[in-house]
Amino acid sequence: MLSYALRRIAGTVPTLLVIISVSFCVVRLAPGGPFAQEQALPPPVRANLERLYGLDQPLTVQYAHYLRGLLRGDFGPSLGQRDFTVSELIAQGLPLSATLGLAAILLAVLTGVPAGVLAALWRNRGADYCITTLAAVALALPSFVTGPLFALVFGLYLRWLPVAGWQHGAPRYLVLPVLTLALPVAAYLARLTRASLLEVLGAHYVLSARARGLGAARVLWRHALRPALMPAVSYLGPAVAFVMTGSLVVETVFGLPGTGRYLVEGAIDRDYPLVMGMVVVYGSLTLLLNLIADLIYGALDPGVRRE
Amino acid sequence: MPSIPARAEAAAAPVVLSLSRLTVTFDTPRGSITAAREVTLQVERGECLGVVGESGAGKSQVFLAVMGLLAGNGRAQGSARFLGTELLRLAPAALDRVRGAGIGMVFQDPMSSLTPHLTVGEQIAEVIRRHRGVGRAAARAAALALLERVQVSDPERRMRQYPHQLSGGLRQRVMIAIALSSEPQLLIADEPTTSLDVTVQAQILALLAGLKRERAMAMVLITHDFGAVAGVADRVAVLREGCIVETGPVAAVLKAPRDPYTRTLLRDTPRLDAATDAAGQAPGTSAAPRVAALTLTDLTVRFDVGRGLFRPHARLTAVSAVSLELYAGESLGVVGESGCGKSTLVRAALQLLRPAAGRVVWMGQALGDLPKGALRALRRDLQIIFQDPLGSLDPRMTVGEIVGEPLRVHAPDLDRGARAAQLAAVLRRVGLTAELASRYPHELSGGQCQRVGIARATILRPRLLVCDEPVSALDVPTQQQIVTLLAQLQRESGMCLLFVSHNLALVRQLCERVLVLYLGRMMELAPAHSLYTGPRHPYTRELLAAVPVPDPDIQPARLARARPGEPPSPLSPPSGCVYRTRCPHAAAVCAERIPEWEELPDGRRVACHRWRELP
Amino acid sequence: MNEQARTAVRGLWRDAGRRLTGNRIALAALGVIVLVALFALLAPALSPWGYDSLDWEHLALPPGASAAHWLGTDRLGRDLLVRTLHGVRLSLLISVLASLVSLVIGVLWGAVAGLAGGRTDGWMMRLVDVLYSLPYLFIVIILTTLWRRGSIAALLLALGAVGWLTTARIVRGQALALKQREFIEAARAVGVPAPAILLRHIVPNLLGPVLVYATLIVPQMIVFESFLSFLGLGVQEPHASLGNLILTGAQEMESAPWLLLVPAAFLVVLLICFNFLGDGLRDAFDPRAR
Repeated sequence: MLSYALRRIAGTVPTLLVIISVSFCVVRLAPGGPFAQEQALPPPVRANLERLYGLDQPLTVQYAHYLRGLLRGDFGPSLGQRDFTVSELIAQGLPLSATLGLAAILLAVLTGVPAGVLAALWRNRGADYCITTLAAVALALPSFVTGPLFALVFGLYLRWLPVAGWQHGAPRYLVLPVLTLALPVAAYLARLTRASLLEVLGAHYVLSARARGLGAARVLWRHALRPALMPAVSYLGPAVAFVMTGSLVVETVFGLPGTGRYLVEGAIDRDYPLVMGMVVVYGSLTLLLNLIADLIYGALDPGVRRE
Repeated sequence: MPSIPARAEAAAAPVVLSLSRLTVTFDTPRGSITAAREVTLQVERGECLGVVGESGAGKSQVFLAVMGLLAGNGRAQGSARFLGTELLRLAPAALDRVRGAGIGMVFQDPMSSLTPHLTVGEQIAEVIRRHRGVGRAAARAAALALLERVQVSDPERRMRQYPHQLSGGLRQRVMIAIALSSEPQLLIADEPTTSLDVTVQAQILALLAGLKRERAMAMVLITHDFGAVAGVADRVAVLREGCIVETGPVAAVLKAPRDPYTRTLLRDTPRLDAATDAAGQAPGTSAAPRVAALTLTDLTVRFDVGRGLFRPHARLTAVSAVSLELYAGESLGVVGESGCGKSTLVRAALQLLRPAAGRVVWMGQALGDLPKGALRALRRDLQIIFQDPLGSLDPRMTVGEIVGEPLRVHAPDLDRGARAAQLAAVLRRVGLTAELASRYPHELSGGQCQRVGIARATILRPRLLVCDEPVSALDVPTQQQIVTLLAQLQRESGMCLLFVSHNLALVRQLCERVLVLYLGRMMELAPAHSLYTGPRHPYTRELLAAVPVPDPDIQPARLARARPGEPPSPLSPPSGCVYRTRCPHAAAVCAERIPEWEELPDGRRVACHRWRELP
Repeated sequence: MNEQARTAVRGLWRDAGRRLTGNRIALAALGVIVLVALFALLAPALSPWGYDSLDWEHLALPPGASAAHWLGTDRLGRDLLVRTLHGVRLSLLISVLASLVSLVIGVLWGAVAGLAGGRTDGWMMRLVDVLYSLPYLFIVIILTTLWRRGSIAALLLALGAVGWLTTARIVRGQALALKQREFIEAARAVGVPAPAILLRHIVPNLLGPVLVYATLIVPQMIVFESFLSFLGLGVQEPHASLGNLILTGAQEMESAPWLLLVPAAFLVVLLICFNFLGDGLRDAFDPRAR
């Protein structure tokens, strides 16, 4: 198990490096620099600014400089919000975004997986139809539709919860954003779990376990459930990426000061260090969580580690 | 709630399982299908009932119904009594006490029937604790004892292993241990040896026969193989399309079958001890000098196994230094257990796989040196039929397109009429009607699919036909039809036949000479008659001894002589003679040197250090 | 296409068509999609209002309040129905084109990887895995910065660049499985040249899954496009797409909720219909799946 974990960890480092290098190149290739939008800027001033941020140097030098900074945990200064460094901006927003994301994934797992199990056990009965239909609809709805709709219904009409804002993490303010983020993930998990449990329940080893007289509950709990959950576990990685994407919308819709907006604003303003900082932080987070998902998978399935 | 009668009562009642007019039906969108119709039979204490039938005869469904394990759309009517308790109307909790505790069951495929993420020990102990109500330590000790009883070597270590770490034979032993763990009074074994190699098959059947004697259990052996029945069963029931057509003591049914269907089945079951060899003549005696059509010289095939971008690959030598001459018009059988490289060998001979070393010469031309185009043109002479009748046909093509494809490639100038005529002729030759030409493969039966494959391979009248396990996916009567067809086609056209099979009895029917492979190496090559009547290599002897003979007078004794052991992994073959780890005659020299491929005075060849000293 | 491939495809379509016509939900979904698409194509031409024409007499009109504007107007007095239909048209156009782009890339990539196998396959799929493990929006956002804001070409490229990953995986898996099927080996043994094997045996067998996936990728692309427009990275004012209409609606939902509800309703109906159609097609082409 340990060697499996080490192998997987060693595999993610080059991946991260590739991600950083490619996005560094692509971002710099984009036409228009960070100071192109401010039309009033006279050429000498602009040249001075570019020299100040090292933008006049060859790309390779900038790249080496950037990597050295990263090793020290320094993402460089923000070119758009010039009073802040990228690290400061990320430090301000990340706790909120991380809370949102983790809460959403937790909620999705805790609702989606049991729903899928129930649907499979009650196959082709009323509850199953309800769960699968709900999941199909929830999957079809993008978060930029459900978010505003939730705000409209629960916030404006029913007045159960606040429409937007944040109030330094008061739980009431997080309910709607977390719900919006979790809904499609829960729906997908329910679908996945249902399909895979149905498949496992039809497997020979489940038939064989039933033939040993172990009782339905024990067969489900000990023989069927673990393999049936494998697809859900391997979906956790993509789910993280999905939730990160969703958080862009949710933070916009509910006016939350997370990190999601940075990426969009950075891209629009050509704020290279900010975009790169977001790529590095989100990229490493994704890889880390993918890694955790892989390790859980390896722990659950003795066959994976063997290879 | 009904309960299982105590053991004492059971001893008084000789009938353990009694089925009366048991009917199994399945509801499908297209109406209901009857899998078994009014099946009535009894199994007594200490007796083994063999239930024989082709695939789809409903034999498994009858006993799944007994166990209450039918699929969701299945229904069972009639009566199934286990020690007097009606099983069909039992509440789930009571049924769970019968399953496992009263009736143990062993399934066909031991890999997919063991839970992959639980260790062997966990799975056995779980059943013991459930049904015997003992603690963890006692269950573990009992599990160990059981593994020892089913002759699992190194049981302590096996307890901690996962199913995927075990060989097929070991897995089936574990399945049997689980089924026995609660000391059931009835053991149902559903095709327990079908997915195993012939030597392992014999071991498992011998184990079952021993257990039956020792525990005085009742046993049901579901199988398609009369050979298996002859060795273990006391009585036989023959099923056809869900109905019992004949029951009786094993000797009576196998020796003097009354039902015409049983007679057909028995007649079509090839027998190792059959008096007639291929075409009635042994080629060693034929006077005419023979010309080599196909010559293999030191042919070696290796595969890279293991994935990964950076990690080094492991090398597997599937075929190692095989040399062979196939004479014009000859039929040669290649036999061996799974993984012995027989399919790889013939694919390399046809250049469908690139050999790592060695030469293939066809009619004086070295195939490996030919340019691609020339090799393609030569393929009209070298044809092959495959193991999976359906899988070898493109699902999106009609039969006519499939069979006509060789014509498109090798005779593109043929006009429409001539092509249609050839197509019709070849379909007739393989016994298919012309209107099948517009059908798709999935609309055909397995036997029909294999005939389509034969038609495609013979439409160009090839001079060599390679048959890679052509009948192993088919039922016994269909097998016989296909083999008869192949023999007839060969007689008519005088082509060479290279026939790969694990079924030694079948090979004896069709082939003049036989090559025995083990772990990619040649063991023995001899005319069929002398190979089957006087094998020289110890492996050939073991192989022949393991083949079940459908004769209750001799088969139990043959089973009793089954030898232990399974082939080692081809990834790490033993040094010297690869067979030495299983060989009863192995000596020090066998581990040191690879035996030479010696020619004996009578023309046969053997690779064994000690063949001279053997009786 | 040669004669054999044509019959093969005909057989495939005939079977699938029969199963699809038995699936009422999928048929209804197809009907709704066709209806909405036709309406979106024709209605702007029939209405007196253009997507950017202002009606100063009716500002922020709720639906049903005036016969001139069935579904009301926005703050600038633009007809909401016309703008929504205009948005549907643009969204559909972009998504269908982007689906085509991603299908072409994905099929080529997956087929090459699957057929080449070995090391080539390993590296090609490793790249797909890396891209897969990133939030897709990263790639899209970074790619949209390569062009002027609101450029349709940039949007197409960015969307196509993301959508091909799944296609590539599906096609590669199919190609790998096909390659190992005995009928391919049988064709080689008969002496069929490699290009003919590809054309006659592999392509017709790949067609089914690719066609099914094509119908599932369109709704995904609609979502991606609307999403980018919602974030201000896609279609820009005064042009309307479902995404930027929903953005405007979300900003003004306190005073004029219909600005959110109308485009959202169109989007949701389209997406659900596309998904039902895709599921129906998948069942039709591969009855074993689920």
